[in-house]
Amino acid sequence: MGNWSRFNIASIVLGFGFLYLPIVLLVIFSFNESKLVTVWAGFSTKWYAQLWHNQALLDAAWVTIRVALISATCATVLGTLAALALVRYTRFRGRMLFSGMVYAPLVMPEVITGLSLLLLFVAIGLDRGFWTITLAHITFTMCFVAVVVQSRLLSFDQSIEEAALDLGATPVRTFFAITLPVIAPAVFSGWVLAFTLSLDDLVISSFTTGPGATTLPMKIYSQVRLGVTPEINAICTILIGIVAIGVIVASVVTKQREAQRERDERAAFAQ
Amino acid sequence: MKSLGSIRRSFAPWADPASKPFISVKNVTKKFGDFTAVDDLSLNIYTREFFALLGASGCGKSTLLRMLAGFEQPTSGEIILDGQSLAGIPPYRRPVNMMFQSYALFPHMTVETNIAFGLKQDGMPKADIAERVGQMLKLVKLEKFAKRKPHQLSGGQRQRVALARSLAKRPKVLLLDEPLGALDKKLREETQFELMDLQQELGLTFVVVTHDQEEAMTMADRIAVMSHGKVVQVATPAEIYEAPNSRFVADFIGDVNIFDGAVSAAENGYLRIETGDGFPIRMASPEKPAVGAKAAVAIRPEKIRVTRQPPAHAPVNAVEGEIWDIGYLGDMTVFHIRLKDGRVVKASSLNAVRAVEDPFGYDQQVWISFGEDAGVVLKD
Ligand SMILES: Nc1ncnc2c1ncn2[C@@H]1O[C@H](COP(=O)(O)OP(=O)(O)OP(=O)(O)O)[C@@H](O)[C@H]1O
Ligand SMILES: [Mg+2]
Repeated sequence: MGNWSRFNIASIVLGFGFLYLPIVLLVIFSFNESKLVTVWAGFSTKWYAQLWHNQALLDAAWVTIRVALISATCATVLGTLAALALVRYTRFRGRMLFSGMVYAPLVMPEVITGLSLLLLFVAIGLDRGFWTITLAHITFTMCFVAVVVQSRLLSFDQSIEEAALDLGATPVRTFFAITLPVIAPAVFSGWVLAFTLSLDDLVISSFTTGPGATTLPMKIYSQVRLGVTPEINAICTILIGIVAIGVIVASVVTKQREAQRERDERAAFAQ
Repeated sequence: MKSLGSIRRSFAPWADPASKPFISVKNVTKKFGDFTAVDDLSLNIYTREFFALLGASGCGKSTLLRMLAGFEQPTSGEIILDGQSLAGIPPYRRPVNMMFQSYALFPHMTVETNIAFGLKQDGMPKADIAERVGQMLKLVKLEKFAKRKPHQLSGGQRQRVALARSLAKRPKVLLLDEPLGALDKKLREETQFELMDLQQELGLTFVVVTHDQEEAMTMADRIAVMSHGKVVQVATPAEIYEAPNSRFVADFIGDVNIFDGAVSAAENGYLRIETGDGFPIRMASPEKPAVGAKAAVAIRPEKIRVTRQPPAHAPVNAVEGEIWDIGYLGDMTVFHIRLKDGRVVKASSLNAVRAVEDPFGYDQQVWISFGEDAGVVLKD
């Protein structure tokens, strides 16, 4: 990147400003002394301290984290299996339909996903609450995991699985001893993605929730209708922090493994 | 190195009707959709044999090997190993191991754990595994690399790990798919002899796939030449070279001159053939085709003599031509000689002395000739 022309600088500033200005404002005002959101009155962390006394908010956070942990884990298992089926059994009947169905939720409006899940839960008479939210989150995050894992599997050399079978490992052992360790970084990235998606979902949670199960985004949304408080800014800042850390960790893990590999390869050729 | 020659010469179980084959491929066909990759193929392979499958790319060698290993199921036909049908037996229960064309090392394991993998699957005690892995590392001279991962090794080292891993379980049969494909010429030749020694030492049966004919000739007890999913000829390297059973095999293995013609007489084990190149050939042949039948004579370049004067038996087995091209290869010289009808015949001669007094030159008129048992009569 040689020439930092004015045009380049302007477009970068504009682009990043557009993306991040609202977030930066939110973070700044979460440290505002004043109760008025739009007037700066000096630095303070008191709103963060107050969060610890807001039991409703803490409960919502706890629900959110549990939903995200459980749904991300289940979605990772199911998404990985779906990706394996799509990549490996290329000749089964209705494969196109199956792959279309796995990916449909990626582009499906969330309102429709939420509504259809709600109808399903009502139809089968499931009590709405924590578990219906979790199920719904598994459904809509699974396809993201499938996409991530599938792209890794496409470059996976299947002869190493055959080698394991040839050496006497059963298909199940082969999966756990060979396939899973090799695709683990992709599976982990999928998990982080599912976790963050679940963490900040509002629409689908709202459709599938019941009494006593309020997630953090729902809580924030309902409070905002009564007016934005610095407390909300503080909790949002924490959420942003968690999501950012998740994304950064996932990409650093991938980058580091690649860098390590390159170093090793160079070492091998240098000798 | 031990002398393999004496052991090898006496080793010919295929010639003994009483010996039972260890692997028996019976009328095996493999289809992928409409495409027939292996076509009604039958083969016998004997214990301790070094058997090579040789053929052009795409002729079905790997497919046959994969059926032996259990990764593909025959569409029809049967494979018997040690008296037992392999039908329905999955790869992880077969007493065969395979060395893959791509090596297929486990990228997340060290050299050591790669080699130990198969032994662990068998539930071998830890101490025994460590001992066996140590032996294997020593065998392939990789003791210093035990803790490395595959991507920290060179191509040749990876190939050795793959070999050690497939040998670790002491399988009854080792299948090798282009085992030396990734090596340079010198390392390749060294490794060929190492493989032969190893096979003798451990007393294993090797089935090796290659499309390098020289490699097959060097290593194998017998070679199966394949074409389009069928076996064209199974024989020892010498038989394949000196007595090919068809134009395909003669052409596929080494250089050859083929003279087409028609039989004009057959007597006392000799055929007289009038060739389309304007001279008659008298050639030994056990067959007795009818007079007038089409026949072709295949003669290797090194069996053709090049002289200035016509030989005594001219014009039978001799014809005049002009030196068209000379290729000096160091150990020998290859001549391309143009006959009157324009066809070019290849002849080669060993450079037994350092300097010939009066060497052949370009455009020189010469005679080429050959003996009555120098070639082989092909039917087709
Ligand atoms: N899974 C498959 N599906 C469809 N066709 C296949 C499959 N495997 C192999 N073939 C076809 O079968 C034929 C034989 O393949 P095979 O791999 O046995 O060739 P080969 O003799 O080992 O060639 P090479 O020397 O290039 O390795 C090829 O034409 C190949 O395209
Ligand atoms: Mg092949």
